[in-house]
Order: sequence, then structure tokens, then C-alpha cells
Amino acid sequence: SFTLAAGGPVSASRPGRPGPLQDETLGVASVPSQWRVAQGIRVETKSCQTASIATSETSTQTRKQADAEVQTEAPEPAGLLSVSWPDGPRLAAFLRRVEPIVTRELTKNWQSHAFDGFEVNWTEPQKTVTCLHTLGYPPAQAQELHVTSVSWNSTGSVVACAYGRLDDGDWSTLRSYVCTWNLDRRSLNPRQPSVVVEVPSAVMCLAFHPTQPAHVAGGLYSGEVLVWDTSRPEDPLLWRTGMTDDTHTDPVYQVVWLPEPRHNHRFQVLSVSTDGKVLLWQGAGAGQLQLTEGFALVVQQLPRNTKLRKPHRGETQVGATAVAFSSFDPSLFVLGTEGGFPLKCSLAAETAALTRMPSTVPLRAPAQFTFSPHGGPIYSVSCSPFHRNLFLSVGTDGHVHLHSMLQAQPLTSLQLSHKYLFAVRWSPVRPLVFAAASGEGDIQLFDLQKSSQKPTVSIKQTQDKSPVYCLEFNHQQTQLLAAGDAQGTVKVWQLSTEFTEQGPRETDDLDRLAAEVAI
Amino acid sequence: MTEVEETLKRIQSHKGVIGTMVVNAEGIPIRTTLDNSTTVQYAGLLHQLTMKARSTVRDIDPQNDLTFLRIRSKKHEIMVAPDKEYLLIVIQNPCE
Repeated sequence: SFTLAAGGPVSASRPGRPGPLQDETLGVASVPSQWRVAQGIRVETKSCQTASIATSETSTQTRKQADAEVQTEAPEPAGLLSVSWPDGPRLAAFLRRVEPIVTRELTKNWQSHAFDGFEVNWTEPQKTVTCLHTLGYPPAQAQELHVTSVSWNSTGSVVACAYGRLDDGDWSTLRSYVCTWNLDRRSLNPRQPSVVVEVPSAVMCLAFHPTQPAHVAGGLYSGEVLVWDTSRPEDPLLWRTGMTDDTHTDPVYQVVWLPEPRHNHRFQVLSVSTDGKVLLWQGAGAGQLQLTEGFALVVQQLPRNTKLRKPHRGETQVGATAVAFSSFDPSLFVLGTEGGFPLKCSLAAETAALTRMPSTVPLRAPAQFTFSPHGGPIYSVSCSPFHRNLFLSVGTDGHVHLHSMLQAQPLTSLQLSHKYLFAVRWSPVRPLVFAAASGEGDIQLFDLQKSSQKPTVSIKQTQDKSPVYCLEFNHQQTQLLAAGDAQGTVKVWQLSTEFTEQGPRETDDLDRLAAEVAI
Repeated sequence: MTEVEETLKRIQSHKGVIGTMVVNAEGIPIRTTLDNSTTVQYAGLLHQLTMKARSTVRDIDPQNDLTFLRIRSKKHEIMVAPDKEYLLIVIQNPCE
């Protein structure tokens, strides 16, 4: 143990202590460490060795992959084949062998009259035109709405009708309807449509999509164009034009579907209206129909090959009331006008229209040729599906005009009614047959092979002689014809066999008709 | 012009002839004056029909054989000249 006398200025100054501080030397105290000794130094040598790392190599490989390409090929053109096929001597020998007999038979057949007047009855002929269905929607009929348009869908089993009014030229807020009936459904109820779409304004025209069986386009009295999907009855509206600067300002009198150029499976809607515009719409996102192309008819720009009234000063629109596209040239169409003259028009026209009507796309002038006029506005036009130059037009003068695209004067003009004629359609199967709907309540079926003067059959659609406004042949079930009238009724007629089966040389007769009268 | 082409041209120039084609034993067209799709359709169908007609004739009488086939339809007359290797098909309008 140690005694430690610490010194310093503090203790020196303290009074009462025994003396001043002295130096003192203390012995060195050493304290040996006990640790080493206690532990001793024990060293042992040990060794360790990890086992050598064995390595080995193996190879793995995922399953083999192979790429293959698949490509469908267009059917091999026979023409190419014939080019590449060598002229074998055996082919020449074969032809040498058969030529005499074939020649003999060809000559014999051309001179033979063995089959003249011979007709085979493969099916039980339908002798008369009969009414299969009388369809109507009682709420629409109670509002005294007319059937303004009918359309068959792409499968030919569904017929749609548009309810509207043709007689009052007034803006109305009357509710209107588009109704469809599926005729192939077993539980068909003629008073209860399969689908009813309510529309805020009168519907003037309808057209089913050429390939989508449930899509139908319609034009309204308000100028709007809409497309509905009838397979979604709870929310059928697919697209609409809305009321923009591009929308028609007058009633839309006809809508048709056109294949998009370069996309044959996609379709656009073309609408014509008495505001003088022909507009081409495409369904865009968000339910909007967008204007892609537009045409405007102005009196000053009409081709002057026929005598028309002198145009007023300034721009005057030509109201379009009907449209029909050529079956042979996809860009060629005929317009029926309020002025009563049909117009030959082209989608490929490039001249700008002289109009100040507002539009988001430049409007063009489509007219190429003016045909001589009816005595009043035209209600319907139809292009022949069998001849590139023939078309029909009907109007308020009760006359039907058979026109050739090549001349202004009609080939023939026939008065079929003392009232208006509202619709005309060529048969899709008989080149010489067409049907017309009259203001006297008749559907007149014309067979030009039988008579070019009077209808072959006249069917009474309405008992009280109220007008028939629209008719449409069924292109799938060609024996069916649907017609709508002022009583709000759609009748589906089954045509007799004479109107559904093409006779021998009928297309030749049609060619002759187009050629000989034109001279 | 080869002999084959001349012969076909002669046949084609007969009154009312709409089309002429030569089909081989497999039913593949090797010469035609019609468009491709029409030719392929006529060739396939008439080849089948001719084979069927031939077997009918031979089933009725094994000593007999088909020599020529004419089909009268409302719009056309179709003639088929058969052979072991080829068929000659000619489509003609009926007389006026």
C-alpha cells in the first residue's frame, strides 16, 4: 500500500499544517505479473488441412429450339401454271385426237334447238307472291309514325325498320324508334321486335353493315348520323356525329356503307342530305363519327349538258335525296336530287366545291354528268347489279326512268302511279326485274322480259291506299322482299319463282336493252 | 405459236364458246382462256364429275367406257373430252 502525500500550492497556503513540503523518495515497488507464470508457456503445434476441393465438369443443355415460319399463300394462279407447263408432245397429240369430236359437238350444239323452251322443275315453283310476315311496333304506330326505311342485315335473317315521318316538314322532338326482327327465330312475335332502339329524332334512313350482322347506321331528321350495335340492347349507340359544324344541317335521306379504300374489310358511312352535302364518316374512338371526306353540290358547278333552270346569283345548294353506288366501279355513284335530275358523281373528284359552308375537311364537287330531270324531286335511285351503265330513278312525278350512264335522256320513262313513287330497287338475282313502291299503297314488280310497259305483278301492301315508303330485296334469301308503309307496318313478301330464277340469256337481253335503246 | 396454242385458239373461235381449258389427270389446269379462279373451280369440279361419270359407265358395263360428256345447264353447255392424261373442257353458250 502507498502513502501519498500530495503537495501543491493549495496545501502550502493552508495554515495550521506541520511544515512545508519535502522531497521524499520512495522505493520502487514492483509488482510482478502473475499471469505468465500461472499460465506457463504451453505451445502445441497442430495442423489441419481441408479436404481438397473436388471439381468435376458436366454440361447441361435446354431443350432444342427450332424456328419455323408459316405463311398462307394465295391460291396458285392457274395462268402461271399454264405458262410454266411445257408443251409436251403428248398434250399436242391429245388435242389433235379430241379436236374433231369437240368441233363437231360445238357446231352441233350451236345449231341445235333440242332444248328450246325446255325447263326443268327442280323445286316446287312458288306460283304467287305471298305475305309471310306483317311486322309492327304498336307504340310507334300509336304515335302515327311511318316506316321510312327498311334494311336487311348481312346474314339476311334480320330485318330492321326506321320509324319517322315523311309528311310533316317540321322539326320535331317526337321520340322515334329503330326496330329489328329476326325472322329465323322460332319465337318471332310480329308485334314485338327483337330489339327496339329509342331515338330522340325521326329516323329517315337505315343501312345494315355489309359484314357485321348487328351494326346498323341511321340518318336522322336533325341531320345527325348514328351507328348502333343491336347486339347490345342496353347500350346500343356505337358512334354518332354529334352536332358539329360538319354535321348535316338538313335531314339525312340516305346512308350507305362503303369499303374503305385499301382496307376492304373496313367500312365507312356515306350520308346524303338535302343541305347539298355528301359526307363520308369513319368511326373513331370515344363514340364519335369523324368526317373523312366531304362533297358539296352547288348549282353553279353542275355540268350543263341538259337544260336546267338558270341558277340564281350566289351559291345555291342542290339537295340530295337518294344515292346509289355502281356495282362495277366503286367510286362511281348516282345521286337523286330535289331538282329532279339524277347526277352521275365520282368519289375521286378533285375540284374544290364553291361553297362557304363550314367544314373541317375541304369539300369537293363530285358531279360529272347531269341527266334530264323528272317532273319533281327524286325519291330513290338504284344501279343495276348486272349492267354497268343502267340505273333507275323514281320521284314525285310517279314516273320511273330507266337511264343509261352514257346519255342524258332516259332510255324509257313509264308512269307507274298517279301519286308519288317513293322507292325503286333492282332485283339482286334477276337482271331484268325491279320493284317500285308507290304512293297508292302498291308494290309493283316489273319484269322487262315480259313487258316493258306495265308491271308484271302489283301487290297491295296497304288496304287503305296509304303510301309505301321503302322496299328492299333480301340479298341472301333472294325470294324475300321487305316493304314499309305509312301505317307503320313492315311486310315481308315471298316472291314467286318467276322473280327469283334467272332465265337463259337474260343478261344478253339486258345488254341489248342497254344498247339498242341508246341508239 | 405452238401447235397446242393453235388448236386451242381454233376451238375458242367457235360460235358461242366462252372458255376452253385443258386439265391434267390430277385435275390441275394447265391451259386456260378464263380467269384463274373460274378455271380452278371448273377444273376441280369437272375433273371429279368426269371421273364419277366414267366409273358409272364402267360399273354398268365393264366393257364400256366414257368417251364424251356434255352438260346442259340453263346458261351454258359444258363439254368434256376425256383421255387417260388430260381433259379438254369447253364452255359454250346455248344457241340463240
